[in-house]
Amino acid sequence: MADPILEVISLTKCFGAIAASDGLTFSVKRGTIHGLIGPNGAGKSTAIAQLSGELQSDTGRVRFDGQDVTRWPVDKRARSGLQRSYQITSLLPEFTAEDNVAMAIQSQQGHSFRFWDNARKDHSLRIPARKILERVGLSDFADSPVMDLAHGQQRQLELAMVLATAPSMLLLDEPMAGMGQSESLRMMELLRPLKGDVTMLLVEHDMDVVFALADMITVLVKGQVLITGAPDEIKNHPEVRRAYLGDY
Amino acid sequence: MFLNKIIGAEASLRTKIVSLVGLLILFTVPLLANLFDEPFLVDIASRILIYALVAVSLDLILGYGGMVSFGHGAFLGLGAYVVGILTHHSYEGTAVAFLPGEWQGTTQAFIQWPLAMIFSGLLALIIGALSLRTTGVYFIMITLAFAQMLYFFMISIPTYGGEDGLNIWERSEIPLLDLYDAKSFYFTCLILLLLCLWCCSRIVKSRFGMVLRGCRQNEVRMKALGYPVYRYKLIAFVLSGMIAGLAGALLANHTEFVGPGLMHWTGSGEIMIMVILGGMGSLIGPVLGSAALLMMEEVLAGWTEHWMIFLGPMLVLIVLFARKGLYGLLIGKGADNG
Ligand SMILES: Nc1ncnc2c1ncn2[C@@H]1O[C@H](COP(=O)(O)OP(=O)(O)O)[C@@H](O)[C@H]1O
Ligand SMILES: [Mg+2]
Repeated sequence: MADPILEVISLTKCFGAIAASDGLTFSVKRGTIHGLIGPNGAGKSTAIAQLSGELQSDTGRVRFDGQDVTRWPVDKRARSGLQRSYQITSLLPEFTAEDNVAMAIQSQQGHSFRFWDNARKDHSLRIPARKILERVGLSDFADSPVMDLAHGQQRQLELAMVLATAPSMLLLDEPMAGMGQSESLRMMELLRPLKGDVTMLLVEHDMDVVFALADMITVLVKGQVLITGAPDEIKNHPEVRRAYLGDY
Repeated sequence: MFLNKIIGAEASLRTKIVSLVGLLILFTVPLLANLFDEPFLVDIASRILIYALVAVSLDLILGYGGMVSFGHGAFLGLGAYVVGILTHHSYEGTAVAFLPGEWQGTTQAFIQWPLAMIFSGLLALIIGALSLRTTGVYFIMITLAFAQMLYFFMISIPTYGGEDGLNIWERSEIPLLDLYDAKSFYFTCLILLLLCLWCCSRIVKSRFGMVLRGCRQNEVRMKALGYPVYRYKLIAFVLSGMIAGLAGALLANHTEFVGPGLMHWTGSGEIMIMVILGGMGSLIGPVLGSAALLMMEEVLAGWTEHWMIFLGPMLVLIVLFARKGLYGLLIGKGADNG
């Protein structure tokens, strides 16, 4: 349990003169929830994109599950079990909710060079997709086009998709962004039981959520790691209070 | 039955009726032409079917894969040239240029047409492998550039007619069938088109097709789910090129001539107009688009040589008010269902 599943070693990304991430170094222990917090513009989303492979890093290394994945493209990292969700909902808008989850399952079942049989009638895709929709509370909307879903439901669907790929690690970029109180609670209750099976790097605005869920927390400020520590340590750290928590 | 296979058993009643009427018309064209004593109608109808075939092939990657290929004329043209060149050598009794050995070509359709598909497929593999590394406007420009390159290449080869193209002195041969007979030729085109529609309708609903459609909707998400999207798009691009090559082989037989003009960007544009006019992402739409554009050409060109002037505003209207093109107008709401 104690070995790190993800190691980030002096990861840097510059946009022009701005160093959006500047020598990030931290590691995430297997089976834990690791919070990533920091003020707006601190570089959290940039870090997630570098870890998922969507942004090419300028320097630094990423090790995932014992392998150096620094040069791996997004899809290869995803197939090796490193999945991400997006701060701004990112779905397949013309498909139904069930289609979206089925696409995630299909990706996990190996290559899709099958040209003949109707994928929408494939029970090996559809039955597990239904189960996962049920788990996130969307069974009633299985056949709804994604565009017809409310914002909160779309966020739940996004989680359903990443769960459907049976990931070993999730990079969650503000999964509760724009959700109401009860929806956020529901999302928390969905994430909590995954702990142990799935490692999570959780970017979240709501401090209560982070302190309630996370085992460890890394604080980012201006693209740099201010501190990594247990929630209590973070709460009481004078510099964190000054730099970020402010009036918390 | 066959109709269900193409449009899907779960299609709405309206879809079924429209498709049935469509099929009925397609199968009775030669009869009607006889009835009205206008035999050239069969000729025009064959041309519509051939262009429908290439429009469907473009729809596969444009309407389902979101790949705005502006160089589809290249695949159509190469398919036509394969037939033209093989017939040319067979007729003259000379060896095919650029090939080792002394093969003197052939007029057998069963060799010519698959070769047309293979060569167009290979061309699509090369063009696709390079251009699919880009997206958006760059992709449009690169596919366009490749097609223009091929256009100028064909112009520069005097062996195969250069700018003047090649006359085809013998149509392809199929055992027990005479392709010089307008009706036989028409039904050959019709059967190939229906076969292609059937295969494509299976493909777009298959696992592969779902990946393709996912890429059009949100490629970033598909990658994040673990799909190596480049490979899927490339395979679709090659399939599309092969179908276009087959259409080219038919077109060469139809016009009994091949020239570089087929590869010119205006030709590629016309194919794209057919797809947009008929309705992207519907397979049946491009058939309607081909019929509409070619008939308009036929009728309007009789009135005025500036018939293109009418086309522009019409396309704008279609794009603005009928997202699913003519097919959407006919089918109504159901046309939106994936
Ligand atoms: N694609 C980009 N181009 C230029 N600057 C960017 C880009 N993405 C992020 N940035 C900049 O990098 C910094 C970090 O942004 P981001 O990672 O989104 O922060 P966070 O998610 O912590 O709010 C910000 O100053 C932002 O303006
Ligand atoms: Mg962010």
